Amino acid sequence: MFEYAPAPESRSVVDIKTSYGLFVDGEFADPADGGTFKSINPASEEVLAEVAEAGAQDVDRAVRAARQAYEKVWGPMPGRDRAKYLFRIARIIQERSRELAVLESLDNGKPIKESRDVDLPLVAAHFFYYAGWADKLPHAGFGPDPKPLGVAAQVIPWNFPLLMLAWKIAPALAAGNTVVLKPAETTPLTALLFAEICQQAELPAGVVNIVTGAGETGRALVEHPGVDKVAFTGSTEVGRAIARSVAGTRKKLTLELGGKAANIVFDDAPVDQAVEGIVNGIFFNQGHVCCAGSRLLVQESVADRVLESLKRRMAQLRVGDPLDKNTDIGAINSAAQLERIRELSDAGSAEGAERWSPPCELPERGFWFAPTIFTGVTQAHRVAREEIFGPVLSVLTFRTPAEAVEKANNTPYGLSAGIWTDKGSRILWMADRLRAGVVWANTFNKFDPTSPFGGYKESGYGREGGRHGLEGYLNV
Amino acid sequence: MTATATSARSDLSELGRSETALRTFLHGLPGVDQVGAEQRAAQLGTRSIKTTAKAQAIDLAIRMVDLTTLEGADTPGKVRALAAKALRPDPADPTCPHVGAVCVYPAMVPYVAEVLRGSGVHLASVATAFPSGQAPLEVKLADTRAAVAAGADEIDMVINRGAFLAGRYQEVYDEIVATKEACGDAHLKVILETGELATYDNVRRASWLAMLAGGDFIKTSTGKVPVAATLPVTLVMLEAVRDFRAATGRQVGVKPAGGIKNTKDAIKYLVMVNETVGADWLDPDWFRFGASSLLNDLLMQRTKLTTGVYSGPDYFTLD
Amino acid sequence: MSERVAVRKTYKLFIGGKFPRSESGRSYLVQSSNVSLASRKDARDAVVAARAAVKGWAGATAYNRGQILYRVAEMLEGRREQFVALGVPGDEVDAAIDRWVWYAGWSDKLPQVYGGANPVAGPYFNLSAPEPTGVVAVVAPETPALLGLVSVIAPAIVTGNTVVVAASPAQPLAAVTLAEVLATSDLPGGVVNILTGRLAETVPTLAAHMDVNAIDLTGVTDAELAADLEVKAAQNLKRVLRPAQADHDWTADPGITRMTTLLETKTVWHPKGV
Repeated sequence: MFEYAPAPESRSVVDIKTSYGLFVDGEFADPADGGTFKSINPASEEVLAEVAEAGAQDVDRAVRAARQAYEKVWGPMPGRDRAKYLFRIARIIQERSRELAVLESLDNGKPIKESRDVDLPLVAAHFFYYAGWADKLPHAGFGPDPKPLGVAAQVIPWNFPLLMLAWKIAPALAAGNTVVLKPAETTPLTALLFAEICQQAELPAGVVNIVTGAGETGRALVEHPGVDKVAFTGSTEVGRAIARSVAGTRKKLTLELGGKAANIVFDDAPVDQAVEGIVNGIFFNQGHVCCAGSRLLVQESVADRVLESLKRRMAQLRVGDPLDKNTDIGAINSAAQLERIRELSDAGSAEGAERWSPPCELPERGFWFAPTIFTGVTQAHRVAREEIFGPVLSVLTFRTPAEAVEKANNTPYGLSAGIWTDKGSRILWMADRLRAGVVWANTFNKFDPTSPFGGYKESGYGREGGRHGLEGYLNV
Repeated sequence: MTATATSARSDLSELGRSETALRTFLHGLPGVDQVGAEQRAAQLGTRSIKTTAKAQAIDLAIRMVDLTTLEGADTPGKVRALAAKALRPDPADPTCPHVGAVCVYPAMVPYVAEVLRGSGVHLASVATAFPSGQAPLEVKLADTRAAVAAGADEIDMVINRGAFLAGRYQEVYDEIVATKEACGDAHLKVILETGELATYDNVRRASWLAMLAGGDFIKTSTGKVPVAATLPVTLVMLEAVRDFRAATGRQVGVKPAGGIKNTKDAIKYLVMVNETVGADWLDPDWFRFGASSLLNDLLMQRTKLTTGVYSGPDYFTLD
Repeated sequence: MSERVAVRKTYKLFIGGKFPRSESGRSYLVQSSNVSLASRKDARDAVVAARAAVKGWAGATAYNRGQILYRVAEMLEGRREQFVALGVPGDEVDAAIDRWVWYAGWSDKLPQVYGGANPVAGPYFNLSAPEPTGVVAVVAPETPALLGLVSVIAPAIVTGNTVVVAASPAQPLAAVTLAEVLATSDLPGGVVNILTGRLAETVPTLAAHMDVNAIDLTGVTDAELAADLEVKAAQNLKRVLRPAQADHDWTADPGITRMTTLLETKTVWHPKGV
């Protein structure tokens, strides 16, 4: 046997403070009512830091600071200068990427190899990409002189804390808006380190404001009458509530919500790569991915063989310490999320689906869930309909391409889909019919700053990334 | 019949009887997506193998080296020295294991055999008009028989790439069968020369063809064309031996050769073996490195682990 | 000889390519005519018809949709006097026809302008293309009766959506007459469905309908109703075009936002390898 010795990434590269204030108007400040909450490491339940909880008064102050910066500094600033600030930020992120990656893994629980090789490179690339747009907006296809909206309220989830921050802040700033961003309550730390990066880049005060807190803080922010734009990534349930709350206003809204993507494997698929794609589709980031391929639709004629390969491959997944460089699956982000995954998985078993996980030892402390598949799942099972947002795959079968399309589309969601086949014309036929904003053919879970991302139906509206991503931050 | 694991063992021995059956089978194997295969290989290459795991991997890698010299300038003196090194790679450290085999041209086999006799280090000889294979079949078989007669217990043959690329699978198959027969008790390694096969689909088909025809090992390269062993090519070949065993019950070895120059690379291969086919292949009987300069780097890294200081090339023999 | 007695026209709903009366059997007197007073059930039927038409219309080639829309403009041109007789000013009719022609030409251009290849950092083909969102509920502006109506219908359908239109309650005759034009223009039944009657009766049903993908509130002038409709629309996250500003200039270049808001961008990735 070839046992890999522990290969922990050193956490000494990051200096976590014992407490963090709110980042408003270029400075860290205590919240008006002094409320705080704790951010913990989900892999050990160790408290990492105390973080300020922003109340309505703090949110108001942040929105005012953003307004002031928009009117006095950022709005009037020539695009080429806004670009240079964004380029600076991109560079600092590259320079401090190890520090950011370690902090992300500590606060979120995701494996260091993902924060290091996926999240951080994409974060820097995103700022780099949108930096270049700041002085080219008249050429972006939104008219000769597209205007920013003003102050953007941005609320982001805990699954890709820094990447979602980049997806929100980079296009907003490039288009000339200022922002107030609320990171998720379980993962505020990289956003606060990003605030320090803004200081290091000498970004004018008030252009970026970070208010930490839970749902109430987010509500105060999106409902604040002083914001012109609301951008939210998170659950469909909260997205719905936000859509209601902006009704009757002139706030522009983009929503990137849940998903229940079908990953469709045909009998002529490149099977070894398809299995990798299935694994990457559902176990990447512990399955905490809105576009996760959480429903495997496999053609009946190859179902046994694909499942056998999949199980063999799953047995190789290394679950454990997120900071170990060889860890494939880290910790579930929170006790609450773990509870939800358990509840839905138990429902899967109760409804008669067959549950399987490879033998795998889970650490005693922290929040963990073994990679799991359910076979014998039908469209009626809860595990086939509800977003689990965890490392749990539901396996269904189909017989014909038309049936695959019908089952794939038979959901209120429409964020992403996967197709695995060696037949080119079939890929295009399928891609035309799948009601999903991103279709990965013979690959899965690929992201790029130039590539628009966003959903159909209840997966939200608006696109992030690419030229399309500017539209949500321009008055068009 | 499909290629991947099926619980029921299959009898594939009839396939070699007809060109049509071979073609139908080989073209029915699942395709390989280049980008996906290369990404998987790159991903495995990011594993971090440290301390005890590294020490274990280095010793295993040393035991898997087919210490090779295949030069026109090879002489009895040169190959004797190489064989001596194979037996005792690190004269300063008796705990250092010997390599898997020494690999030379047929003419050099007798000199190596003298040194290796009874040592447990295998003696491999390239044959079949290596490296091009462009000779009449009779010549290739005579080449093989001569090497075995001179003391080689492993034969590294080359397939007829021209015939393979032209779709004459039967011809390639028959040559391998004939060579296997000429080998007698010697193990047959079948060199696919993957650098000339151009696509991973071809690598997968050639792997299966070699296994169906009776090859004991499949080997990537001669080392004589610009593209030699790569991680993704080896990945595809490992998947092939895994699926072949699942289908037939027979285990076939894999030998990447050429271009593996340092410990870091070798460990990436071992990780790939570990996570693709598992512990059954983590043994010199089932996985080899065709290499020459790799050995000294393995020895240097081994010394570093035991002494804690970085070594230098002056402290290892150059043979 | 007595003067010839005119044959009067019955103004009915337009659903699934047919002209039914309201299932409720009701009508209301407006513009000196009895016009069908659509019910919630009529709204529901119209959505069913619109949904049924999506597959064929969205699946038609862009060239084909462009041809059909241009055909509509030809038919409109021929009926110019009929609209004038309904009280629509002649230059508004002309502007409406020109607008229809303008949109007709967009069918095979918008996907090029609004989509394209994305230069991702990896060995992938990556293409973004817009697709219709599906069934769109449209509240037509009260005025201008024809230009406003054309300006909300054409951008929705040219890209492959189908629509259920709540016509201006005060000026529905232009809408019904437009329906007659559409019915004779090769436009497949169900692509455009027109309801006449009270907005408060049909539009909340459409806004709340879970099989409607988007709602265009352009013609809603009551701010409270608009907010309520937007809240209803949130239930299945309909795409929303908010009410037009009171001073909206219907003769100005409309831009493409009206079309793009009712589109979904689909991005397809595929590896490049041998």
